[in-house]
Amino acid sequence: MNVRVYVTPKQGILDPQGAAVERSLPNLGFEGVSGVRIGKIIDLTIDGAGSEEAARAQVDDMCRKLLSNPIIEDYTFEITEG
Amino acid sequence: MTAASPLRIGVVVFPGINTDGDTHHALETFPGVSAEYLWHKDTELKGVDGIVIPGGFSYGDYLRCGAIARFSPIMQSITDFAADGGLVMGICNGFQILIEAGLLPGGLIRNTGLKFVCKYVNLRVETADTPFTGQCAQGDVLRIVVKHNEGNYTVDPATFEKLQGNDQIVVRYVNAAGERAEGANPNGSLDDIAGVCNETRNVFGMMPHPENSVEAELAGGVDGRKFFGSMIDALRGAEVTA
Repeated sequence: MNVRVYVTPKQGILDPQGAAVERSLPNLGFEGVSGVRIGKIIDLTIDGAGSEEAARAQVDDMCRKLLSNPIIEDYTFEITEG
Repeated sequence: MTAASPLRIGVVVFPGINTDGDTHHALETFPGVSAEYLWHKDTELKGVDGIVIPGGFSYGDYLRCGAIARFSPIMQSITDFAADGGLVMGICNGFQILIEAGLLPGGLIRNTGLKFVCKYVNLRVETADTPFTGQCAQGDVLRIVVKHNEGNYTVDPATFEKLQGNDQIVVRYVNAAGERAEGANPNGSLDDIAGVCNETRNVFGMMPHPENSVEAELAGGVDGRKFFGSMIDALRGAEVTA
């Protein structure tokens, strides 16, 4: 199974990179842009998880333990058959 | 502790850590102190009396600063050591590692200026009631360096209240006069926080580098001695060492 994990700065926590990009967009003529948040995408493949449900539980565990820091980041992920 | 048995303080070495040598040297400028390197793959703490996790870029800062180091074998032993009341100080990347390991509250994110900051800062000691600031008085201003890219301390409002209520905010960035002021905070940290301790006060982390300010003959002053000296005092049971 192919997994794509999205990690973003937690809602309510300042994202200095996003804020800098947001400030620079109007300079290029892109007006009305707000809420810029910069995160990362982590792609991985899981073999032998059995069911999608089991894979989902496994990835959730990975996200909480290593792939994200829940104190400063939010995460979501999608799983597709590979 | 007799003269024949020096105090032994462990300096943890992860791949990518680069101030292990400075920290080892800083500790050994104190008479009767022997610093021991502790390798990240070991689980054995070699019977050290206290532990310092130095700064640098453990595991290349991959994923998040300190995130990978947290899972190294030595960190499990350090977590147990801290749970038993052992004194653990984390400096810069060491602070980030302690946060990732859940031994200290909060998070450290990118500096608001998006730049690596390398400069002197003034720190105000907010509490002398920790084993790491016992040689200071509340309100003392110490001048030492910061050098980091992710030192912007943040914490949720509920935890922040707790930090304040328990007197866990140990040092804040201030101006030379000891006042919180515009421009004194190098990284945008919440409430100008530079370092915090845990609830039981035996684990302490801060972004600035005391190991670079320990020798009067060199540039950099000696203000960093206060943190190590306090820790050494606490380990010895409150003798004067500075």
